[in-house]
Amino acid sequence: MSPLIKVAIQREDFDVAREIERLTQGRGDVGAVVTFTGLCRDEAGTLEALELEHYPGMAEDEIERVAKQAAARWPLLGATAIHRFGKVLPGENIVLVIATSPHRRAAFEAAEFIMDYLKTRAPFWKKEHCRDGSVGDWVEAKDADDSAAERWEQA
Amino acid sequence: MSALKLSYFAWVRERIGRPGEILTPPSEVTNIGELIAWLSGRGEEYAYAFENANVIRAAIDRQHVKHDAPISGAREIAFFPPMTGG
Repeated sequence: MSPLIKVAIQREDFDVAREIERLTQGRGDVGAVVTFTGLCRDEAGTLEALELEHYPGMAEDEIERVAKQAAARWPLLGATAIHRFGKVLPGENIVLVIATSPHRRAAFEAAEFIMDYLKTRAPFWKKEHCRDGSVGDWVEAKDADDSAAERWEQA
Repeated sequence: MSALKLSYFAWVRERIGRPGEILTPPSEVTNIGELIAWLSGRGEEYAYAFENANVIRAAIDRQHVKHDAPISGAREIAFFPPMTGG
């Protein structure tokens, strides 16, 4: 049976427990669930909010491609990726990745793979709104994110 | 060359001053790099957006492409900075 793949790009928050349940309820073959949740940091109290812009259509397509690549590489039973857009406040959720598998290694690795590629391939951009009322800069991409994705090509 | 839908995101959008437009590049513009060069000559807002052309990312019909990618047959071309999602 092919793995359950869910990709969603949404303004509203997500419920981690409910998303796990979607992948585990009514079945006995899932032995491992790995979740990653990315949150908005307050940057030592200076950040008021992040504004997340995305490219509708392409954002969904790219994340789905990444999830399918993960499912082709590891024996996954399910993969979920949810990314928010719009204004997100410190402490709020930005992104959720879940990977389920019979065994833990595949779930751990697939969740990390999906996050690493999502960061470098999914068309999202973050703009900082500062506490002092100013609209700050666009967040700059990090070389470390590119290196994190590239190491999966050598592995 | 037929009419192309161009889309801009993040600081590329802000610098050009609009989210997108429909343009018809001249026939000698055959790839992404040439399209960037042609757009840069259209005004200072474009020149500003594309001043550091090698950092600009592009997508043809919602798929990532490099600057040497041919644009013939493209319906939509998007330009944006390196991505910062996740």
